[in-house]
Amino acid sequence: MAGPLVELRHVSKSFGSVYALQDINLALHEKEIVSLLGDNGAGKSTLTKIISGVHSPDEGELYIKGNKVVRWNAARARLMGIETVYQDKALAEHQNVISNIFMGREIATRLGFINGRRQRQEAEALMRRIGFTSKVMSPNSVVSSLSGGEREGVAIARSMFFKADLIILDEPTTALSLTQSQEVLNFVERARQEGSAVLFISHNIFHSHQVADRIVIVDRGRIAAQMGKKDISAIELTELMQDLAKGREVLARKGDAISLEETSEIPSSQTDRRSLA
Amino acid sequence: MITDQKAPPQEQLTRRPRGVVSFLAQHRELASALAFFVLMMLVFTIASPSVWLNSLSYTAVFVSLPIYIILVVPLVFVVVAGEIDLSFASVVGVAALVFSELVLVGWNPYLCLVLAILAGGVAGLINGILVAYFGLSALIVTLGMNFFWRGFIQIITNGTGAPLAFLENTSFHNVFVGQVGIIPVQMLWAAGFAILGIVLFTYHKFGAYVRFVGDNSQSAQEMGINVRLVKVVSFVYVGLASGLVGVLAILINNNFYPTVGDGYLLTVLAAIFVGGTPGIGGIGTVAGGIIGAFTVGFIESGIVAAGLTGYWTQFIYGIVIVLSLVTHRLYSPHHKT
Repeated sequence: MAGPLVELRHVSKSFGSVYALQDINLALHEKEIVSLLGDNGAGKSTLTKIISGVHSPDEGELYIKGNKVVRWNAARARLMGIETVYQDKALAEHQNVISNIFMGREIATRLGFINGRRQRQEAEALMRRIGFTSKVMSPNSVVSSLSGGEREGVAIARSMFFKADLIILDEPTTALSLTQSQEVLNFVERARQEGSAVLFISHNIFHSHQVADRIVIVDRGRIAAQMGKKDISAIELTELMQDLAKGREVLARKGDAISLEETSEIPSSQTDRRSLA
Repeated sequence: MITDQKAPPQEQLTRRPRGVVSFLAQHRELASALAFFVLMMLVFTIASPSVWLNSLSYTAVFVSLPIYIILVVPLVFVVVAGEIDLSFASVVGVAALVFSELVLVGWNPYLCLVLAILAGGVAGLINGILVAYFGLSALIVTLGMNFFWRGFIQIITNGTGAPLAFLENTSFHNVFVGQVGIIPVQMLWAAGFAILGIVLFTYHKFGAYVRFVGDNSQSAQEMGINVRLVKVVSFVYVGLASGLVGVLAILINNNFYPTVGDGYLLTVLAAIFVGGTPGIGGIGTVAGGIIGAFTVGFIESGIVAAGLTGYWTQFIYGIVIVLSLVTHRLYSPHHKT
């Protein structure tokens, strides 16, 4: 295959006079889990929405498997194997797990009759494979009876069923308990074993660190740093994020006196272990 | 990492309980609607055994019951889609008007039937477009359309009826409202219509989409379902059924009258709720609605047979509806808040 799964080259996006993203270069590889970290307003969601086709970039190019894409939109992103699990998870509460997995993409005859037996078998096989079963939960369970972690699992299972090359998870562990978060992180690992790459967006540095192969930090519309998981510990990552936040405070105080490039040089003894953008 | 030990063995997952008891356990709304109907008929039979142990009493009820069934089936789709249609009673009248006007000038009755059903479909299409594309409240729009169509009928007919006795004993009449043995033919049409509705609701994408749309229309949209189209089709379905009912109703009476359909509104809605469709989008049962239609259809005859005057009817309706909702609330997880 020519080139990485998804590659952004010199991508910029602005809303009105505000630069949301500036000259972003980022590549996501097959079966790789990438954690995207950054403060509110750093540009995380703009970046993911460009990949998922919700926004189109003002400048720069997007390549999928080495091919430049034109007229990018959400429907085409899905066709190209990019599935996004938004925070609302797009689940129908009163329907069962099977219906939700196949929502809008039922296994049906040409006349539209649903092959319920095959859907159940396929759903069961998938759920067993990813370890997404328990005594209280079956494919016939109604979503409203599931925990937050299980709901996230249904949404992830849905993207896995359709053999997504890339699954984008937007804040999947927000508002979840410790054990439920752990379940979700396990699903992420399973998704990779099933052959998907995952872009994991979270405010939780420890979740991001635990699950990732690579960590990408976005700050004020730029990629501030990216590093392999083995190059940094979760504690060091926390310090790094705090330093970034302080850098911003300095910037806010001094205004235009500090340029963006200067603030991305993080005052830390770990600098040599990171590749700074 | 989750190990495979956590996953239950295959047979445990795939084994699905079978048999009537477990079916009813999985479909609690249906079960409680059925239980309520059986209980009610038991009370009626104890009150007047001579009536309810005689099959002719059932024949009498089966003359008008089909009308409730045919209206209930598509209305469940609309209610499950998270909407409501209060205009079908007048749409029944419009279809009846179309049929009687055309058949009176000598058109082929089968053609007139088709046109009457289509007229109902157009009325449903208008409702659907106003709700789905103009984003108007279904409750208010269809209430308005109910007045509109009834007024339309009154203006066209000057409030007068039209005799259709000349159709009696024609093959057309016998095909739709004749009698096979002790069963009125319209009951067979209703049975076919009901089976079609249950199949659509349970096994077809349309039924699934209706549930998704009513449950969470934003999610349905995100997953690529055409939410507006699903709503419009549901309203058209009600319209087409109302068209069929309009013709059946005047054939049964051998007479067109400008208020035809008026009495169906509240009873049909009651049948849906009695049948276990709670009126929360995404949840409902067509089969239960049909049982609800039976419940509602038998109440009046049951009351009169029990020796009470017709004045008791509405009072007992009220009791039955409230009691059945309490039953659902107690036995169905969906009805809990």
